Amino acid sequence: MDWHQQYIGKVKQAVFSSQKTGRRRVIVSTEENVIASLDLRHGEIFWRHLLGSNDVIDGIDIGLGKYVISLSSGGSILRSWNLPDGQMVWESFLQGPKHTKSLLLVSTNMKIEKDNVIVVFSNGRLHAVSCIDGEVLWKKDFETESFEAQQVIQPPGSDLIYVVGFTAASQFEMYQINARNGELLKHESATFSSGFLREVSLVSSETVVALDSTGSILLTISFQNGEISIQQTPIANLVEDSSGPAIMIPSSIPGIFAIKTKSVTIFIRVIGKGKLEVVEKTNHETAVSNALPISEGQQAFALVQHAGSEIHLAVKLAHDWDDNLLKESIKMDQQRGIPHKVFINNYIRTDRSHGFRLLIVMEDHSLLLLQQGAIVWGREDSLASIIDVTASELPVERDGVSVAKVEHNLFEWLKGHMLKLKGTLMLASPEDVAAIQSMRLKSSEKSKMTRDHNGFRKLLIVLTRVGKLFALHTGDGHVVWSHLLHKSEACQSPIGLNLYQWQVPHHHALDENPSVLVIGRCGPSSDAPGVLSFVDTYTGKELNSLSLVHTVVLAIPLPYTDSIEQRLHLLIDSDKHAHLYPKTSEALSIFKREFSNIYWYSVEDHNGIIKGHALKCKCTGEVADEFCFDTRDLWSVVFPSESEKIIATVTRKLNEVVHTQAKIIADQDVMYKYISRNLLFVATVAPKGSGEIGSVTPEESWLVAYLIDTVTGRILHRVTHHGAQGPVHAVFSENWVVYHYFNLRAHRYEMSVIEIYDQSRADNKDVWKLVLGRHNLTSPISLFSRPEVTTKSQSYFFTHSVKSIAVTSTAKGITSKQLLIGTIGDQVLALDKRFLDPRRSVNPTQAEKEEGIIPLTDSLPFIPQSYVTHALRVEGLRGIITVPAKLESTTLVFAHGVDLFFTQLAPSRTYDSLTEDFSYALLLITIVALLAAIFVTWRLSERKELQDKWR
Amino acid sequence: MGSGRRWAVSFSDNSTSPSCRDIRDPPGFTRASVDQDDSTASRQKKDAESNWKAQKAWEVAQAPFKNLLMMGFMMWMAGNTVHLFSIGITFSALWQPVSALQGVGKVFEPYKDSKVELLGPKLLFIALNLGGLALGVWKLNTLGLLPTHASDWVSSLPPAQEVEYSGGGIPL
Repeated sequence: MDWHQQYIGKVKQAVFSSQKTGRRRVIVSTEENVIASLDLRHGEIFWRHLLGSNDVIDGIDIGLGKYVISLSSGGSILRSWNLPDGQMVWESFLQGPKHTKSLLLVSTNMKIEKDNVIVVFSNGRLHAVSCIDGEVLWKKDFETESFEAQQVIQPPGSDLIYVVGFTAASQFEMYQINARNGELLKHESATFSSGFLREVSLVSSETVVALDSTGSILLTISFQNGEISIQQTPIANLVEDSSGPAIMIPSSIPGIFAIKTKSVTIFIRVIGKGKLEVVEKTNHETAVSNALPISEGQQAFALVQHAGSEIHLAVKLAHDWDDNLLKESIKMDQQRGIPHKVFINNYIRTDRSHGFRLLIVMEDHSLLLLQQGAIVWGREDSLASIIDVTASELPVERDGVSVAKVEHNLFEWLKGHMLKLKGTLMLASPEDVAAIQSMRLKSSEKSKMTRDHNGFRKLLIVLTRVGKLFALHTGDGHVVWSHLLHKSEACQSPIGLNLYQWQVPHHHALDENPSVLVIGRCGPSSDAPGVLSFVDTYTGKELNSLSLVHTVVLAIPLPYTDSIEQRLHLLIDSDKHAHLYPKTSEALSIFKREFSNIYWYSVEDHNGIIKGHALKCKCTGEVADEFCFDTRDLWSVVFPSESEKIIATVTRKLNEVVHTQAKIIADQDVMYKYISRNLLFVATVAPKGSGEIGSVTPEESWLVAYLIDTVTGRILHRVTHHGAQGPVHAVFSENWVVYHYFNLRAHRYEMSVIEIYDQSRADNKDVWKLVLGRHNLTSPISLFSRPEVTTKSQSYFFTHSVKSIAVTSTAKGITSKQLLIGTIGDQVLALDKRFLDPRRSVNPTQAEKEEGIIPLTDSLPFIPQSYVTHALRVEGLRGIITVPAKLESTTLVFAHGVDLFFTQLAPSRTYDSLTEDFSYALLLITIVALLAAIFVTWRLSERKELQDKWR
Repeated sequence: MGSGRRWAVSFSDNSTSPSCRDIRDPPGFTRASVDQDDSTASRQKKDAESNWKAQKAWEVAQAPFKNLLMMGFMMWMAGNTVHLFSIGITFSALWQPVSALQGVGKVFEPYKDSKVELLGPKLLFIALNLGGLALGVWKLNTLGLLPTHASDWVSSLPPAQEVEYSGGGIPL
């Protein structure tokens, strides 16, 4: 029922372990800050470490063949991990005068008493660190203030280290340093008047290639024997039709480097002294690996080119461009995009020739291992960075459809049964067993591709940071389909932002497939135009995609649907125009009908203003069409910037179902909940206290919680917690909000609950009126009618710090609720809402006890059994999503971070279904036995009666 | 052998016609006393019977009272919490009067007589049974099973619809 998947994220750097024995492995560092060791044969994770989000990995390498060296936190932490099991061996902190780019070099040719030296340039200082114990052997400061090292080079077989880089924009610097003691041997500098671009390529141990600041002249800088010479070669001399400025693709292949202009990648060979020669020009997207020494004096490198539905691989020797060691074409899934990175590794075949493995990182963050013209394994590591999740139903099972799909023809069917027979007779070979298992899996209840009666089987549609959509089956978590956001002419690099349910067919539109709306943006800046993509959730096909002319600042799903169940959405652009989607006349007529009742609000957290807006009239201006509307400001709540800063806002989920508006309390009394879709919880803290916990004294830190009506801007409730500090995590459901913060006075975390009740309905207590239905409790209400509300609140201490809070949601909202708390240990803890009841008192009366009120305690209980994730960890936990199943008692929980975890929860036990371990056989046997007993006793009594009569 | 007739039974009753009687009356038996005031005796007998019937009818009508007392005692024993025993008692307390009331005619059937006034006993019977029913309802109420509170009528009232809608949030 539960499943847990482990991912690592997009690979930044990969280092192959050169161990001759044992299982082959590759060490990778990723953009999710993971260092992992992967099995080269299957791609499984041997071990994995997730570093903190502020501990970004700068580089990894392998030292002495058995230590993984990692440099992180802007070059200030150097760690060594044991290669086989991933245990940390040592950790060193490298301080320096200023923040610079950091470079890691594990010197391999300089053995000092069986030790390797790690040379690290970080924070403006050069360190040499022992590989065995992490001791800093020597440090070297550079006298020039603004020196920015680009390469740390150690020519093979020498004791010299070259550090090359730039000072200011136009000065090239070279330091020659003795690797044994850090003594500065030589320092040279040269000035190039028009300046440099930062990236350099290393073409030999004493030559680098750079570009000038305009990107049009190639500069070959050689520093042989400590003499710097700069050769200029305009790109136009090499390539006639070069267009626009070029950028350097950083590489370190002897004699060859690559530059990229707008559409063309150019490979250039360095011949002799500063002479350049173009060897290849290609329009295809290309990735180049670093050089790999394969034998004495020979270095190989790999090229991967993307061409339509195929990728071309080539492995070449560095000094011989025209000859290929390997040339292959592999069919590649279109949804993986272009190759971004390639890493090369070799092995010796049995005939002593060289074989090559290529590890490719694709645009969609997937990691593939290619060997002998085939994809050996692939990892969908995009799933480590999910940004939005929604759920979709599976297709309804129809007679004939599923059978035809599973068993295509008679032959297949027969083969399947033969296999099963073999399996039962213990005759099956391992392949047969695997086939049987996969068949069983396919036909098993859990992972069927159709809807089930209880609504446990669904599709989780997830949007990842790279803009790829995945559909995960809730049964076992396998990827049903995936879809990468398309690039179009208008939009070269779309990024996905949010995911909305566009069409959820039920009732009268059942023959339509459900679809989701992906709202994206053309590029990272907030004023880039928006992109919409509509994707069918059954097939994963893009139904339609729109490149918008306007930006998308806010997307508001409206509570109205059209005749084919498409939900109306309002997109707000940066000029505060509202655009209606779908652009149909039917949607427009629905929208016009509700026009005066639709409002929107914006939270400007940077300047502490919440603004409410109403729709005014049709747009005027250049973007005008009939689906565009002007808006006007209605109200604003301005928080004083010197005392309050918005740190959290939360609203109710739009699709949350509430069963009842009444809350029955002790002695059959009624309280009416104030249930509104238009309530916003806002938490503000003192600007001083928005830093880390402990950075301020309790006197100068406070937290203010607001409940704001977003239609009228009315503040319904405001409470101040003195001596409290963020970060605030909150969840809003029905008529209550629970938030988590730090209490500086008590030195503990606290959770508070606010419940909000409607006072104006409180006197609706006449039974006869209620019996006869003469009340107006269910008639539509307007928020302008000034609701009278009362609130109840209470605070409790809580042991854990929290990453995220969610609440269970069920189909009808009858089942009691549980809070799902993502703890700092990357686990999910379920806590009954009853513990966070503001009406808990020290000595509850008998009636209150009957109602289920728990006696008041100062802290919330921590029950180890209520970990939803059991012993598993959802590394890097970011979000928890709950989806109601069709069965009222059950809710589906999906937690995502670097790992994914899915489970089913029943907050009040499964009161509406029998448990899985219920013995139907026993029930049947009991019934049969009872029937038999009845029959037998009936016969016996008949006989006895007859005998009595004869007497 | 002439006729084979050995014996014969005559079924004609000769008791009231002493003229043609060849057997004497047993000693102490006077035939005249029986025949004397036949009509007064039968009237007396009928009166006694109707008296007895009326008495019996009153008895039957009072029977539920005992039942009522017993029920009351059992209800007191059952307590005020909802569990199997108290529910059973309450429902039997409700069911008995109802079934008794349904069979009012049948209960008084044997005592039906033109001379017997059955209205009084019947009314008493009905009143006592209604009393039993009231006891049952009262018990039901003390158990909290009667929808007499506002809370019983609003517990599944859906939330009111709001006319306005507002969406938004922090810019994407």
